[in-house]
Formats: sequence, structure tokens, C-alpha cells
Amino acid sequence: MTVAIPGLLAAAILSAPSVSALSAISAASASALSAVSAFSQAPQALRWAGDPEGGAPFVEADPAHPDQLVGFDVEIAELFARALGRSTEFVNIRFESIDQSIARGDADIGLSGIEDTPARRTALAVSMPYYEFREVLSVRDADASHVHALADLRGKRVATLGGTIAYEILLRAEQEHGLQALSYDDDVHPFTDLTLGRVDAVLLDNVLAERRHRVMGGFTVLPETIAIGHYVAVLAPQNGPLRDTLNETLRGAMKDGRLERILTKWRVWNDDQPKLYARVLAGEPVPPVIGFDTSSSAAAISRWEATRRYLPSLLRASVVTILLSCLSMGLAIAIGVAIATGRVYGARPAQIALTAYVELIRGTPILLQLFVLYYGLAAAIRLPAFAAALLGLALNYAAYESEIYRSALEAIPVGQLEAARTLGLSERQVLTLVRAPQAFRLALAPMTNDFVAMLKDSSLVSVLTVLELTKQTQIFATNLGSWVIPGSLCAALYLAMSLPLAALARRMERQWRVTPP
Amino acid sequence: MAGDTAVIVLDIDDLRLARGARTILDGVSLDVERGEILALMGPSGSGKTTILRAIAGLERFDSGRVTIDGVAMTGGAAASARTLRDLRRKVGMVFQFHCLFEHLTAVANVCLAPVHAHGVAPADAKRRALDLLKTFGVEHRADALPRQLSGGEAQRVAIARALAVDPPVLLMDEPTASLDPERRAELGALLAGLRQQGRTLVLSTHDEDFASDFATRIVRMQDGLVVSGAD
Repeated sequence: MTVAIPGLLAAAILSAPSVSALSAISAASASALSAVSAFSQAPQALRWAGDPEGGAPFVEADPAHPDQLVGFDVEIAELFARALGRSTEFVNIRFESIDQSIARGDADIGLSGIEDTPARRTALAVSMPYYEFREVLSVRDADASHVHALADLRGKRVATLGGTIAYEILLRAEQEHGLQALSYDDDVHPFTDLTLGRVDAVLLDNVLAERRHRVMGGFTVLPETIAIGHYVAVLAPQNGPLRDTLNETLRGAMKDGRLERILTKWRVWNDDQPKLYARVLAGEPVPPVIGFDTSSSAAAISRWEATRRYLPSLLRASVVTILLSCLSMGLAIAIGVAIATGRVYGARPAQIALTAYVELIRGTPILLQLFVLYYGLAAAIRLPAFAAALLGLALNYAAYESEIYRSALEAIPVGQLEAARTLGLSERQVLTLVRAPQAFRLALAPMTNDFVAMLKDSSLVSVLTVLELTKQTQIFATNLGSWVIPGSLCAALYLAMSLPLAALARRMERQWRVTPP
Repeated sequence: MAGDTAVIVLDIDDLRLARGARTILDGVSLDVERGEILALMGPSGSGKTTILRAIAGLERFDSGRVTIDGVAMTGGAAASARTLRDLRRKVGMVFQFHCLFEHLTAVANVCLAPVHAHGVAPADAKRRALDLLKTFGVEHRADALPRQLSGGEAQRVAIARALAVDPPVLLMDEPTASLDPERRAELGALLAGLRQQGRTLVLSTHDEDFASDFATRIVRMQDGLVVSGAD
């Protein structure tokens, strides 16, 4: 049914004018409605949320059958569903959004190597821990002998996955040990950047570190434990009763060895687990994180205190955003002018090459371009993250700017150019003294528009580990377990940047506007 | 001045121009003496404007020759940059719609070519531009932008701009098209004044009254040919 509806719609839209398209839409929506009502009568599936991008051993697409999911979290979800007499239904959600999705009811439970943190315990219903992990450092083989703790990494760049305990530990270590914390959106690129020399160490849990170590060389996972944490399932706060049922299921699976079998199958069973199970089954309380002081974590303090604490880092991130936007826009304008001039005045081969560039850039996603520039070209040229971000945004925007300038140049009436020629100006002077200044006035409004868009698009470069305003806000929101205050502050800061820009543009336009004397 | 009247400043010799299958100029020959006000007349499409554009170096022609005050341009290949540069010291053009530079004030329009094409110091160029605007009675509009000018004012600024580089020949395309009768008379007087200075004027027009009142010679064209007034 879900396949049939878009197919039918597409066929209707492609093939036919309005009447048959309308009837197809109504037919499709009628069948969709009946599907919904049929669905509500069936025993409701247990909807569980995870991020397959996180990969094995948690959740990943089966390499043999890419439409099926495998992993220990998949099997634990099935364990839960069987105990409830329900089937499972997977909901694909980005790792850093699972908490918010669970809170708003997109799925019943979240299971994806989710860490037990004070913030989650405050904001959500959290199951008992089902796995104990250790935060460990990974360094390049050459550094393995002289790095043992975070204190040994003063002045070094240390990477981890954003929105994790490890990142909080690194943020604290920035203050205490003077290292530089870098947040990634995934757990693979910290290790590739470690081997490329872009970062000097990675702090992640032993499950992720050992998994990566099995498939790539060039780094060593250090034996020292930096902190101990646990994986839990998360539910919406009002789902306490379901959480209690799941806890019963977990206790049973710990006692009868079902959980051990699952974890052994995925090669993550170790001596830490029986000890954890003993404590849990004895009813001992297990603190969210061991070896790392969570008393000052954002969830434990008032929201205003958290705001006060995070505001400086949001302001610093705003500086990154504005600096990046201004430099990228400057470069984009320069390249855009060159492209537009080449397309209007250049020889035929140059025109074709420049048109191809513009269409290539406009026809592919900017995220792809950023990835190619930063990771794809790393073997040939190893750009620092900020430089890659600046260049990526500039090269992308240059394509759009060049189109604005080209159409502005072509909009200048030919009479203006001929008048300049008959006065004896050279072609270059016709361009610089008559055509370009008039084209600039035409281009000003769309350019300002693009500059404001650039301020916001600059948030995309967080995928290259550049910590700008949106990324910082996301970190703030993850730690706090709420988007209300971080979101408002972030919006206010973006407006504080874009409104003066709009005012400046209006002033420039007014200055050149023709007013009757 | 009187002794110079026999000097031919503009010599058009067998000018031919076709665009595709359409013949626009079919062998036009014309001599213009210094101090003439020559009116090119004829129905639309007869080739009057094309001749002006060819003389100004804006229209490439297939064969023939145009000589202005010693600078020659032949048909066939595009004129060289040097020829065009020399030519444009000899001839100025006032377009039907004036084509003032929209981003510059009236006085800046007049100063642009002297400063950038002839290397005149900006202060000197401005002084001379203001003199020219004063001559044509529009010095009070010196700081206005083109869009703020009336049609008559814009035309006078355009004439000042063309004369700022002091060309002996001035071309005007349909100068009376946007003028009311009173302004037409003023324009006629202005042209007579330019003639007094020894300038040669070639203008295209549909306006029989204007031509008979102010031109010293009327040349009639039809279908790319001169049909009367060639000599």
C-alpha cells in the first residue's frame, strides 16, 4: 500500500491533466484511510527508534539483506516485543534526535546504544541498564606509549561523538586539562581523522572503539578506563508502566542467559556485564556515570543557571558563524564575479567550462560537496576543518552569485554600452565604469538575500566538526534535554546577526534609489 | 569659419550592408561638408539610423568606406581597436533615447569620457562639463540622476556628453521624437549655435517641419538607397 500510493500519484501526475489526477488522489487517499483503520484494529506493534547509521553491533542494515536490520539492540527490541506479545516496528531516527522523538511520541522506546545520563533520567523514563561500557582513549600507535589519561593531552585535539557522555567529559577536560574537544556527528570519522592526523585522540566507549579497531589499523585503543557508563532504553516520561514491564523482561533475560547470548553473539559480552547484572538484580542503585562527576551537568541545575553557563559558548559559536559567513561570502562574491565575467565575455570553451561548474554545483547537495571537500579529497589535500568549511560554502555560493551577476550584467540595456563605446571608452572601461556599477545595483537585493541565507547555511558545516551556532545549540539542547531555551537563544542570536545586515542593505538601496529632488 | 565651408569632413562611399537575406544599405554614397546640418529623412526601415550607427562604428558593414576627418573605416572585417579609438575622437552620437548612464549624475555623465578616455584631470573635466551644461541651459540639473530629468533636459545632457570630447561631427538619431513644439524650436536654435562653432551635424528625423526649418540640406532615403539630396 505504501508503495502503491506514490506510484499511483506519480502516474497520475505524469500522465494526465487535472480531472484524472484529482480522482487518482481521492482514490489514493481513500485507500490510505482504509489502511489506517485496518492498522488500528491489528495488535499494535512495538515502535522502537534507532539510528542504523550507528551501525553494528547496535543497529545496522544487514549486509546480506540491506532492507533488514541486525544488531544487539535489534534483538533486545525483539525480546521486549515478544514479552509484550507484540510485533516490532522500526522507526529510523537520527541518533542525536532520539530523546526528542521519544518525548514527542514518534516511537514507544529508543534503543541505539543510548547512554544513561542525568539529563535523560530527568527528562525521560529510563529503563534499567542492560550493558556496561568504558570510555576509553584511542591514539595513533606512535603516541600509545606516552598517553594514559586526559591530562596527557594538553593542547591536543580530541574527538568524539556529539551528544554523548564522552563529549561532556571532553568539555570538562577543556577547562581542566587545556585540550580541545571536537564533536562529530558519527563515530567513524573521528577515527579516520585520527589516522589522518587531523585529531590527536578519540574518546569513545570501548564498544565503538574496538569495533572500529577491528576494521581499520593505525591507532591503539588504550587500556585505561576514563569513565564507566551504561546503555539503557528510553521512553516518554508518561510511559512509566511500560518501562516497568520492560525492566521485568530485562531482569528475566539477565537471569536466564538470554541477554548474555545476544551480547555474546555480537561479540560485546565481557566480564563487566555479570557484575552489572548482579548489582541490578540485587536492587542496588546504579549511578548514571561512574568516574565522572555529573553533579554540575546541565540537567542537575536550573535552566537559568544553564543558560548563564552556556551563553558564552553560544556567543563564541556566533562569532564562528559570522566570521565564516563573512569570509565565505567575500570569497563567493570574488569567484562569482570571475565566473559571471567569464560567462559573459569569455571564449566559448571557458563559457562551457564555467556553465558546467555552475550546473554541477547547483545540481548537487551542498552537504555532498562539503563531504567530498573534507573527507573525499583528504588523501590528496588535507584541508583543516575551518578552511574546508570556508572553501565549501564559498565554492557553492559562488555558483549562485555568478548567476545573479550574469543576469544583472545581461540586464543592462545595450544602449548604455553603445553610448559608452561611442564616447571612446575601451571594452574594459565599458565594463568597469558603466556595466558593472549598474549591474551591482541590480544584484544588491538578491546578494543581501544570499548573505542572510549563508548565515543560516553555515550551520551545515557542523558536519565537518566546525562548532558554529546551530551545532552549539544542539549540544546545549541535548545536555539540557530541552530545546526551549537553547532554541530561543539561538534564534535571537541569528536574528541579531541577520537584522543589521538587512538594515544595512536597505540603507544601501536607499542611497542609490532615485528620489525626486 | 567661412573659408572652411568647402571642406568635406564626412565621406561615405558605396556603403553596403545586409543582414541575412535582407539588404539594409544598398550602396549609399554621401559627402558632408563642414558646418552642414544634414537631415536624413525617409520611412522607417529605409536605413537612416543604420547609416548613423555605421558612421559611429556601432554597425559593421559589408563593403564600402567611411572617412571622417581623415580617419577611414572600410567594410568587411571588424574595425581595429585603434581605428575605432581614432574614429571616436572625430564623431559623437546622441541616441534617440539619450542612453545617459543611469548610475551617474548629469555632470558625471559628461565628465566620464574626458577623464577616462582622454586623461583630462577630473577637476578640469568637471569645470568644462559645467560650462557645457550651462551653454545648453541645464547647469541647474548638474547633480540630478538621468531618471530625474525631463526628456528635453536629458537630450541636452546627452548632447553635452557627446561634445565633451570635442568631436567635429555630431550624429543625432531622431532628436525631435520626444519634444513638444516649443522644445523643438529650442533644439533648432541649439543646433544652429553648434553649426556656428564649425561643427557638422547629421541627424535622422521623420519631422519634415523641423528639417525644413533647421537643416541646411535634406537627404531622402528609401530601401537602403539615397533617392535625393546626395549632392
